[in-house]
Amino acid sequence: MEAINYLSPTAQMILFSALKIGVVFGVVMTAVAYAVLVERKVSAWIQDRVGPNRAAPFFVDYLPVIGPFLVKLGIFQPAADGLKFLLKEDFTPSYVRKVYFWLAPAITVIPALLTIAVIPFGSNLGGQKMVIADLNVGILYTFGIVSLGVYGIVLAGYGSNSKYPFLGSIRSSAQMISYEIAMGMSVVPIFLLTESLNLGEIIRYQAEHGWMILKQPLAFVIFLIAAFAETNRLPFDLPESESELVGGYHTEYSSMKFALFFLGEYANMIASAAMMVTLFLGGWTLPFIDALNLPAGSLLLGLVHIGVFLAKMAFFMIVFIWVRWMLPRFRYDQLMDLGWRRFIPLALANIVVTAIVVALFNH
Amino acid sequence: MPQFTDLLFYALAGLTLLFGFLTVLNPLSRSPVTSAMFLVLTILSMAGLFVLLHAFFLAAVQILVYAGAVMVVFLFVIMLLDLKEDERRHFNQVAVGLGGLSALAIAGTLVAAVVKSVPAVAPAGRLAEGETKALGRLLFESHILPFEILSLLLLVATVGAILITKKDLR
Repeated sequence: MEAINYLSPTAQMILFSALKIGVVFGVVMTAVAYAVLVERKVSAWIQDRVGPNRAAPFFVDYLPVIGPFLVKLGIFQPAADGLKFLLKEDFTPSYVRKVYFWLAPAITVIPALLTIAVIPFGSNLGGQKMVIADLNVGILYTFGIVSLGVYGIVLAGYGSNSKYPFLGSIRSSAQMISYEIAMGMSVVPIFLLTESLNLGEIIRYQAEHGWMILKQPLAFVIFLIAAFAETNRLPFDLPESESELVGGYHTEYSSMKFALFFLGEYANMIASAAMMVTLFLGGWTLPFIDALNLPAGSLLLGLVHIGVFLAKMAFFMIVFIWVRWMLPRFRYDQLMDLGWRRFIPLALANIVVTAIVVALFNH
Repeated sequence: MPQFTDLLFYALAGLTLLFGFLTVLNPLSRSPVTSAMFLVLTILSMAGLFVLLHAFFLAAVQILVYAGAVMVVFLFVIMLLDLKEDERRHFNQVAVGLGGLSALAIAGTLVAAVVKSVPAVAPAGRLAEGETKALGRLLFESHILPFEILSLLLLVATVGAILITKKDLR
């Protein structure tokens, strides 16, 4: 460990950033794989089924009691799913526009992963801030990158060159633009209160003044519902609604290309869960206990903070999954009506009221 | 590392020009969707140039507004209209002439502005409170009237757009 001190600050920065990126990438990928498993298990319980309980690698036989139990939980299922995606035939229909058909899955995944770069997922660990890029315009960066996510879906529809993907991608672009406005407006009151766009500052404000969900419940509700629309999850999954559009924008995709769309959807869910935790639930802090509310002084405390953040994120992931299997799909005009005529005026009113309150009481 | 940022500047500036060129004149494809995608790439490399100038707010807004919203609507319209005719159409000579003329005029204005300008020293004091706040103060204190006029213009444009899309006016 001594050797690190001899490196130049730039080299240290590069080394630690690379390390953080590697670890965060690994954690997100694992989380995606297991989110799929949780999705399958939760849907099974909600529908009174058992869910995946068969995938068993050879070494299970050597584990006496715990092995069969893990198999029953489906712990090995994500590995089997991943292998299946990799090994299946990658079929490219003859009528597709090749360049866009190949680009679209990659363009879907990249923004979802880039968003996570600005999320402060812990206070600090051995003098290192637990955020990959501590940007002063953190939230704007996130919204900018999230807004690029729509290109993947639009190009998938255009590149597939057939009717169902095309309809799916047209729906998706309209839906994502509409809900981006409501989402962007819903967080403006947070800037008004915290006077900063930096996500770390927003967490510090919440540690001092209480969680944002208590001060801005309306903003939270709008953001949460818009997050469902932005991630194309039920009740707003009209871009892929399988009962009318076969599979929507990914109808023509198979094998690993299809898996990338899948991965993009779950990575998007993780990113929006992380954003909601950071903006509304105080990030890695827990109120009433000083040790958990202030930046960590020791390694152990730093790890506890990361654990708190992950636990809050897991809560939102469960909500995402739970809602999907409890609610029916919206009709398209209902979706647009809700976005443009309910949420945008509500979010605007919320901004005006917050601005008036801030102007009256803070100055 | 000044040399590294210089290198980045030339790379991004070159990419911006290349993508801009490919937007209007792509030898491999006449598809409007390809042009739109290259315009997105142009916008992204321009955002990179803003980052090099430490204008993070502008960079983020550039991506958010132009790449994320305006261009998606462009793509949306292009895909809905399905401009197959335009892919085959030859160059309109009048349009090429007029386009070249306006390009020359803009280039002349830019060159004149660059020649006339004095190399400025970065204002160190003003950015102390964060550049987003500084920008906000500039907009809402010194330039409040032009800003409000622009907002009004946008409102009028929005109302006009809604009016045009209405089929039957009562």
